[in-house]
Amino acid sequence: MHSIYTFVTGPLVWVAFLVFIGGLAGKFVYLTSLAKNKDPYVFSYLHLKYALRSIIVWLIPFSTRNMRLNPVMTVVTFAFHICLIIAPIFLLAHVIMFEEAWGVSWWTLPDAVADVMTWVVLASIVFFVVRRRVVPEARYVTGPKEFVILGLVALPFLTGFLAYYQIFDYQTMIILHVLAGEAMLVAIPFTWLSHVMLYPMIRGYMGSEFGAERHVKDW
Amino acid sequence: MPENGHWNWEPGERVIHEVKDCDAEVSWLEELHASPDGEQVAVVAKLEEGYGVCVNGKLWEQTFDRAWYPKFSPDGRLTALVNVDGEWTLAVDGEVWPETYTCLWNTLFSETGDTIAACAQADGVYGMVVNGEIWEQLYDTANEFNLSSDGKRSAAVVVMVSMGQAEIFTYQKGCYSVAVNGEAWDNRFVNAWTPVFDPSDKRLAVQTRSTLYDYTIVVDGKPWSQNFSATWEPRFNPSTGAVVAPVRQAGKWGMAEDGRILWDPTFYQLWHQAFSPDGKKLYAIGAPKYGRWTLVENGSPWPLTVGDMVEDLTVSPDGARVAAAAKEGGRWTFMVDQSLWNSWYEMIWSPVFSPDSKHLAAKVELPGKRYTVVMNGKPLKETFEQCWEPVFSPDSRSVLIRAVQDGKFKRIVAGVHDF
Amino acid sequence: MSEAALAQKIDDPGLDETAAKLTPERIRTTINRVLQQENSARLKAFVGTCVSCGLCSDACHFFLSHDRDPKYSPAGKVKQTLWEMIRTKGNVSQEFIVRAATIAYTECNVCKRCVQYCPFGIDTAYLMTVVRRICHLLGVTPLYLQDTSHSHASTFNQMWVKDDEWIDTLQWQEDEYRDEIPNLRIPLEKEGADFFYSVIGPEPKFRTQLIGQAAVLMNECGVDWTMPATPGWDNSDMSMYSGDLEIMGRIKRAHFETARRLRVKRVVMGECGHAYRSVYDVGNRWLGWREMPIPVIHALQFYWEMLKEGRLKVATQMEEPCTFHDPCNVVRGMGLHEMARDVVRAFCSNFIEMEPNREQNYCCSAGGGVINCGPPHTKTRVLGNRVKAEQITATGAKVLIAPCHNCHGGLEDIINHYKLDVKLVFLIDIIYAHMHKSNAI
Repeated sequence: MHSIYTFVTGPLVWVAFLVFIGGLAGKFVYLTSLAKNKDPYVFSYLHLKYALRSIIVWLIPFSTRNMRLNPVMTVVTFAFHICLIIAPIFLLAHVIMFEEAWGVSWWTLPDAVADVMTWVVLASIVFFVVRRRVVPEARYVTGPKEFVILGLVALPFLTGFLAYYQIFDYQTMIILHVLAGEAMLVAIPFTWLSHVMLYPMIRGYMGSEFGAERHVKDW
Repeated sequence: MPENGHWNWEPGERVIHEVKDCDAEVSWLEELHASPDGEQVAVVAKLEEGYGVCVNGKLWEQTFDRAWYPKFSPDGRLTALVNVDGEWTLAVDGEVWPETYTCLWNTLFSETGDTIAACAQADGVYGMVVNGEIWEQLYDTANEFNLSSDGKRSAAVVVMVSMGQAEIFTYQKGCYSVAVNGEAWDNRFVNAWTPVFDPSDKRLAVQTRSTLYDYTIVVDGKPWSQNFSATWEPRFNPSTGAVVAPVRQAGKWGMAEDGRILWDPTFYQLWHQAFSPDGKKLYAIGAPKYGRWTLVENGSPWPLTVGDMVEDLTVSPDGARVAAAAKEGGRWTFMVDQSLWNSWYEMIWSPVFSPDSKHLAAKVELPGKRYTVVMNGKPLKETFEQCWEPVFSPDSRSVLIRAVQDGKFKRIVAGVHDF
Repeated sequence: MSEAALAQKIDDPGLDETAAKLTPERIRTTINRVLQQENSARLKAFVGTCVSCGLCSDACHFFLSHDRDPKYSPAGKVKQTLWEMIRTKGNVSQEFIVRAATIAYTECNVCKRCVQYCPFGIDTAYLMTVVRRICHLLGVTPLYLQDTSHSHASTFNQMWVKDDEWIDTLQWQEDEYRDEIPNLRIPLEKEGADFFYSVIGPEPKFRTQLIGQAAVLMNECGVDWTMPATPGWDNSDMSMYSGDLEIMGRIKRAHFETARRLRVKRVVMGECGHAYRSVYDVGNRWLGWREMPIPVIHALQFYWEMLKEGRLKVATQMEEPCTFHDPCNVVRGMGLHEMARDVVRAFCSNFIEMEPNREQNYCCSAGGGVINCGPPHTKTRVLGNRVKAEQITATGAKVLIAPCHNCHGGLEDIINHYKLDVKLVFLIDIIYAHMHKSNAI
């Protein structure tokens, strides 16, 4: 058991991060070189000010008409993304592991807050799943793949939560937690989870087209 | 350009006419048109009833229900499209062609001006009228008209099959052909465009598409063996007779010669190609990068580019130089000898080379709607309310400037070093 | 059968007869060519990023008008067309192509409103034009739209107007309006004028008064203008929408080179939306021009300029309550909404905004080439835009201003179908009726 643990928290983390970062970097290079060589409009119309304008506006809750039209979705989406990113980075247990391995540490969340954030992530995913089942326009374009991806995102949080409260066997659960986290990282470059990187890329380009070329807001 | 050695090339300035003067009661005078030799200036005059044509202040004897499109032929004859009793004809120096047509438009001239042609519609059928004689065979529709430089041959794209409303399937079978002197080729095309004659006026090349997707060049009825996803107008090599045209392949433009790729398709755009008189050099306007334009010489783009537009490619008589109008940031200048002139203008006209190819002159517009002529990058000291494109003397020493200054139409002969 | 279901059963030989001749091989190779060779970075990014959240749906008037039927949502349309083509690597049936063409050509106005609703800014309109390109290359295009593209290819205008008919119309309009303005001119082929006034095919064909009224405006404003007596006068571009990009490029080149030939500094175009998109966004780019090589000014900009410069003077104001329809291509496409409002407010004392408005306005459902798909598809676009009818009704206005030809056609049908008590006008109609005419007798 211990050797499995060492493996998944040692070499496999490296592999996961390598695939995650390498995959995204590869995708970035691939798309930008494609744009450069075969889709000249992209770089030709890129405009820093309007790219940033679009990226920033769409990161502010209720700043766009569609966010205001769907207030529940807006609240859930923002809460979900904030917790999804903040919780793992500032979780005490994660920071301790980093400190042990690298000797670096940073500010951490109180466990109670991390708990709430985990709940928010899990509850949001439940919301997304239900929404995709009951809202016709979401249901129509949702396939099994979407649920698998949502599951991949939910698993690290669910297993982390179970491990922390030592529900079920801790050793197994922590290994599952690490594996789930690694699976999610690996999935990012190869699924629509890559929107973590494509969001600024697409927004940057479309924001430029709308702002600099068409002189209108893209929201 | 016809021989102009007999024009008055004495240096100096002569007032030809006060442009507001006309020996008749007029409601208004329209745009001025200067003769090539600068000895006459013509204007369409709106009369109380109908229209007249006024040359150096003298109204043509005959007046018309309507007169428009005044054009001087290269040999100095003044033509206008005129309507008499609801029918159209052409007036040449005040004399109308004997025949009239339902409609007549787009006056064309042979190189020397001895042939005058126009496009015509007669009772619902279309063709060309050349020196007052209409094609024997006329068509339900015709367009893309052209006249050979010797004036002996005229061509147009004509429809061979009548189509009803929205008959897309008939259309796609190919309904168009090309008629030369009214006689149509046996070919049928989905479309044909830009018929051009070779320098000897014997051969004719057109762009066509045989389906919605297959574009090629057809020379005297014979298509190239290769199709392309798009083409632009063909040109004949004056020395070898080969035909070149810009062609599009895999989203980029290159130059093809007789159906084979001559310049690789690497350009975002490539068009307006022109040969040197000896056929050894081929120039074109191209965009080697997206949104950046320049001139291309035997397949190699010049290193400098502009962003807005390059137009009016002009090859020098000796074929060694090429110039064009270039636009960047909303202003115009000339691109020549792999560089841009220093001064930028509101508007510029086609560059004109001297017969010895050493000098380049052009009409330009300055701020405040003033015009002048620029020679080798240097402007004439004087500016004008209006002026026309400069004409060089045969010895390349002088240039004829036709201009309006203080309400007077002037004929100025300046030395090429007076700028 | 419901109205909506009826609208889906459409008989269009341009779609059915052509698709029936397709081989699986041709379908596959064409799809793959367009997806892999003609398109690259943007297509991959857009398709790969969509999380299928369906948030784009509220943008689409078809979706809203069909009681939130997800088949009409932007992502729903992509699912029924492009996703399937990608998933099957082009192995789709003839019937699939007919359905894809029906969706892309007649159930989407490529209005780009959904770009403003997608959290990522995915350009679904672009994806629909990719589908259209595939359908064009397969020869499966709505019959009337294809006929219009043929007209562009043969005559360089949208309406099969012959070279001489164009000239004749201008001269006739000039004569006609001299009854009111004796010194009126439509100066043809005036080299070096400040601008050339360009119009779209339907103006000389059906809406000749628009040319006459524009000439009156030019005359009163004392501007130096001209019109060409050659092909190249028409700024419209249905080939852009049918997917025949090669013809699109050909006619745009003719338009810009006509402007260059006339040595004008810019082109002023009449009240048309799609033609504007073609000159500033699509046609110019296909030809390699990053921007318009010779600026094209939309009528709304021109009126605004004339008003600000004091050349255009208001004589009287229209008092009837009026509202303004923001055409997608000049508003979401070029941000002319405030200029338009300045002009409208100058001439109309009782102006009421539609909700939503400006860049958020609903499309007319005729744009994007949909109205040019002709009578077989009229119902699709009219039933697909009930929200526009509701939007207009809610204003209580008696006059509806739409400064775009296709909007006009579409709104006319909407007004008739939903029996709206509103009169439809172009902005020039109001300007012409209420401007100061110093030269009139």
